[in-house]
Amino acid sequence: MAEKRFIDAIHDALHEEMARDERVIVLGEDVGRKGGVFGVTEGLYEQFGEARVLDTPLAESMIIGVSIGMAVGGLIPVPEIQFADFIHPAFDQIVSEAARLRYRSCNDFGCPMTIRVPFGGGVHGALYHSQSIEAFYAHVPGLKVVVPYTPADAKGLLKSAIRDPDPVLYLEHKKMYRMVRGEVPAAGDHTVPIGPAVVRRTGRDLSIFAYGLMVHEALQAATVLSAEGIEADVVDVRTLRPLDTQTILGSVQRTSRALIVHEDNRFGGFGAEIAATIAEEGFRYLDAPPTRLCGPDVPAVPFSPPLEDWFMVDAEKIAAAARRLVAY
Amino acid sequence: MPERLVVNTAVLLDGYRKMVLVRRFEEHAERSFRRGKIGGYLHLYTGQEAVATGVLAAAREDDVVFTGYRDHAHALLRGTDPNKVMAELYGKRTGVCRGKGGSMHLIDVARAFYGGYGIVGGHLPLAVGAAYALRAHGTDRVCLCFLGDGAMNTGAFHEAANLAGLWGREGLCPVVFIVENNQYGMGTSVPRASANPDLASRFDAYAIPRERCDGMDLEVVYEAARRIVAEVRRGGRPHAVEAVTYRFAAHGAADLFQPYRTKDEIETWRKRDPILLAEQRLRAAGLLDDAQAAEIAAWADRTVADAAAFADSSPPPPPEDLLTDVYGTPAGGEAAPRAPSEG
Repeated sequence: MAEKRFIDAIHDALHEEMARDERVIVLGEDVGRKGGVFGVTEGLYEQFGEARVLDTPLAESMIIGVSIGMAVGGLIPVPEIQFADFIHPAFDQIVSEAARLRYRSCNDFGCPMTIRVPFGGGVHGALYHSQSIEAFYAHVPGLKVVVPYTPADAKGLLKSAIRDPDPVLYLEHKKMYRMVRGEVPAAGDHTVPIGPAVVRRTGRDLSIFAYGLMVHEALQAATVLSAEGIEADVVDVRTLRPLDTQTILGSVQRTSRALIVHEDNRFGGFGAEIAATIAEEGFRYLDAPPTRLCGPDVPAVPFSPPLEDWFMVDAEKIAAAARRLVAY
Repeated sequence: MPERLVVNTAVLLDGYRKMVLVRRFEEHAERSFRRGKIGGYLHLYTGQEAVATGVLAAAREDDVVFTGYRDHAHALLRGTDPNKVMAELYGKRTGVCRGKGGSMHLIDVARAFYGGYGIVGGHLPLAVGAAYALRAHGTDRVCLCFLGDGAMNTGAFHEAANLAGLWGREGLCPVVFIVENNQYGMGTSVPRASANPDLASRFDAYAIPRERCDGMDLEVVYEAARRIVAEVRRGGRPHAVEAVTYRFAAHGAADLFQPYRTKDEIETWRKRDPILLAEQRLRAAGLLDDAQAAEIAAWADRTVADAAAFADSSPPPPPEDLLTDVYGTPAGGEAAPRAPSEG
């Protein structure tokens, strides 16, 4: 094992997959000579050359459309969307083309493409550099969506995504790049399967479901709660689609209470899917209504630090919501 | 009477046969639509036959083809079984996409027909990416990307053309853009939709060589395509050709009254019917007589009738087909998608 930063784990996965399979190609705005706006792709251009690490013009729809063309042409593209907020021009390509190719061709075509998307707030990025976008894409059959929390998952899920035959959105919370550290298996081919959720902490009093940065906050909240005698089961959902409903329901069966946490705003957010699943399939386990704690329903993350702090879900807010739910 | 010499008799005669087949196929499709055998939307290629016929005659079978939604001809000319194309239009299980695609979304990967795309301009970046992949794999195959005049006004066009021009500098983008300018994006004429109606000239902005050709003349299209395809294959650089053509049919089968154009205009263009032009030239060169023309027409009618009978008698897709082919891994690793009845 070696301790790695979140960002290094992502970089290492890219490096290893490019070395392992020459069909793997990285492309996007400034991913080559500059090494990416966050430095995730540093060194890849020098090592693998400009035919496999492509600096593209600034046009997200084109970046994804060209990647889809590469994928049907037998390459394995890993496009980077510099900030999740910029992905919207590519929505049509992702939803109308990438997600449908296998279906419309009756399995003659696939679209093995992994779209890396730095997302999330808490970094003073304001209106156009802070967004969470998972709900839009998790809604679309044909796509897979993963959101790692630990560096080990960041590496293992990215490697699995690159090897997956289908289009995968790989969402990396940019606040975690240099903040989150963790052990990553150093030897061998470390992969984490797309699909299974993982229980990060066991507890009997309530289940907290989260992904990405919110797992970090949930675990901190759980420590505080534990000192008060409330034991939380913390489930790192990590793959939003396909969703591991079995692990989710298993946790609710143990605790009878479900708190679903995400940074994205609440209305129509991904938490609604988890809540609905628990209500439909785990109703008999429940002692309280499945409850969501999410970003507020405002159109964007505002700039001013206090405003942003109020927007962001954090350990304190999670602990407060957990206390209310346990007292229900 | 056309003055052009017959430069390639085999191509002209074969192209003529194919154009007749495409025309008869489309005419039958329209009748089937009116009779309720084909539902949804139906966009016919009638009038534009020389474009795809000429270009694809100049290409190799392993060259990759992308096009928009007016795609029946491209599939037929790629060699997709007319039975399977017609069955797809009828929504049958025996269709080339087993009924999942329909008229606008044919695809036949085995014949390097990478599909007709229903979002106008949506396929353009795909074609550029596929062209890059062809070179990355070290092949000399080229990508043939058909688009309409309407697609020229989408952002996707400009983004894709820019990248093609960039990559072309390194010889990494063997794509031919074939603009089928049929004068109308649905009901809006080119001058009413494009600030600069000289469509071919737009490629100048992206350092892509371009030219314009008479899209009603099979020989002209073929000769241009032969030269362009060879050049693109050799250099790996994109090239564009605007084929000036005209659709005799309505935009779609539901576009009944066509208030955006006059009967006179249609009649004027009909005088330059690509099939008529080819036939006149073949006759003038002594390559076609009445008996042969009748034989070709009979063959086309028979092929289309067989396709229609095949489509008619084919079963619809079974309900379970609705849920297949969503993911490449078994059900994406999750429980199988729910059938509609399960809510």
